[in-house]
Amino acid sequence: MLKQLVKNKGALIGLVLIIILILVAIFAEFLVPHDPYDMDIWISYEAPGWFAEDSRYILGTDDMGRCVLSRIIMGSRVSLMVAGMATFAALFFGVGLGAIGGYMGGKMDALIMRFMDLILSIPAILLAIAIVATLGPGVVNAMIAIAIVRIPQMARVTRSMVLGIKEEDYIQAGKALGFSHFRILFKHILMNCFAPIIVVATLGMGTAIVVEASLSFLGLGAQPPIISWGRMLAMGREAIRSAPHLTLYPGLAIVFTVLGFNLLGDGLRDIFDPQLKQR
Amino acid sequence: MFKFTVRRMLQLVPVIVGISILVFLLVHLAPGDPIRLLLGEEATPEDYERLQRIYGFDRPLYVQYFSWAGNAIRGDFGVSIRQGVPVTALIYSRLPATMELAFFSVLFAVTFGVPLGVLAAIKRGSPIDLSSMVLALLGVSMPGFWLGLVLLTYVALNVGWLPMFGRGGSVFYGIGQLFTTFSTEALFDGFRYILLPALSIGTAMMAIITRLTRSSLLEIMGKDYIRTARAKGLGERVVVFKHGLRNALLPVVTIVGIQFGVMLGGAVITETVFAWPGVGRLIVNAISQRDFPIIQAGVLMLAVIFTLVNLIVDLSYALLNPRIRYD
Repeated sequence: MLKQLVKNKGALIGLVLIIILILVAIFAEFLVPHDPYDMDIWISYEAPGWFAEDSRYILGTDDMGRCVLSRIIMGSRVSLMVAGMATFAALFFGVGLGAIGGYMGGKMDALIMRFMDLILSIPAILLAIAIVATLGPGVVNAMIAIAIVRIPQMARVTRSMVLGIKEEDYIQAGKALGFSHFRILFKHILMNCFAPIIVVATLGMGTAIVVEASLSFLGLGAQPPIISWGRMLAMGREAIRSAPHLTLYPGLAIVFTVLGFNLLGDGLRDIFDPQLKQR
Repeated sequence: MFKFTVRRMLQLVPVIVGISILVFLLVHLAPGDPIRLLLGEEATPEDYERLQRIYGFDRPLYVQYFSWAGNAIRGDFGVSIRQGVPVTALIYSRLPATMELAFFSVLFAVTFGVPLGVLAAIKRGSPIDLSSMVLALLGVSMPGFWLGLVLLTYVALNVGWLPMFGRGGSVFYGIGQLFTTFSTEALFDGFRYILLPALSIGTAMMAIITRLTRSSLLEIMGKDYIRTARAKGLGERVVVFKHGLRNALLPVVTIVGIQFGVMLGGAVITETVFAWPGVGRLIVNAISQRDFPIIQAGVLMLAVIFTLVNLIVDLSYALLNPRIRYD
């Protein structure tokens, strides 16, 4: 599989982007050229370094004179952490609900899937906004909101996979041998649903990052002093005439992150499902 | 077709009831106390109780739901806690702006997405194909509200005739003016305000439509009946557009419906960027003021619109593809 990954150009670029990003987030403290929290209003709104010869700030400074590059580097943590934990939680509950529904069938299945349909019938970002508005702004609540809106898709994919696999001969054999439902479901069925779930989760990371940025942009996500890209964009909007670099660069960070996950997700889908690639 | 339509419409009822319960509970389980917020610190317990009774917050939750839902069916969403005006009036005054924005975003996405996808499929492997695919990939990776900010910064600020914030008259009103008074002024006024917001919201959908049109057309063009059409000597243009594209567009119709919800969600934030006076901005402002009746009504309204759009898409899909009706 690793070989195929290297051969698939898109997936490789995506993977490299994501690895770089994760490394940046982990080693943020050592990579920042300046203290991202250090305020100095005498140098506020300084233009990016490659435009102004004498500037020490490559991507300029914000309204408080803080280094934009350092803040983008630090901000990668919140983006990745919120999106990652939310996707993980959505994966946990979504796969669980989808697997139980698909395996048990009947009323349980109908109940779970109708509830998933209900969540899907409200536009995801709108529902996330409403949930955070209810729970109150903050990183943890944003995470919960993103996880909730991401659950239905995971549940649907898992359910459809489980429905297909549970009729296979080897599952029937397992039942005949008297294995417990738990063992059959988790050891034999879910192990074989791995590929599409990974694809959906990877693509879902991109969505989760956009939703996180949207929530922070509206002031519903991470609260200061925590640095987040969405929040930086909201600040940049205030100074759109005088300091366009405040909206450009944090946004580019979001775009490249989402792009990375989209490329990897698309690539993985091609690898797992070679028929699609023929197109 | 009639039976299918009726069945599909009846299926809407439990969905809409479900949405209303979800929206109601969401707001009512909120930890913040709106009455405390409204009264401030110096209110007496008597004031508190009186206001609680006025808004009906002292009754059991299910009683509150039925009275709220009952009123909502009759078009009464209560009174805004902050502004003291009927919520229904507020929503209705904002709804046309949101719907117009949504309409032009979809229009933009379809009119550019489909031709681009067709072009990419016909010229498969060419620089046109490659660049349109790169464009599509970037389009889906870009948050719409950020694209809006970039367009504001680098386009609106440099082009004199594009305003940065707000909404002019309705474009539809402008079209009306064009035909009645032959004046283009109103049309241009509406158009210049809606251009950038519609671009920022529609780009992601355009990217998805481009990719889907391309892959769908490529698949169809490999089918036997296309070979038959070519074999009987039809021109390439007829083969691609009449035999290929008509069938290739079926999945595109579906994706427009699904993406409409994503787009409505994105519009909520983009409206904030452009100070577009729509329902999204109304909701966002209501959130910071904890004005629950507005949040409830706004979210419910957008969700119902999304559900109705999906119904229309399903129906038109069944109209285009008769096989669907009999499942």
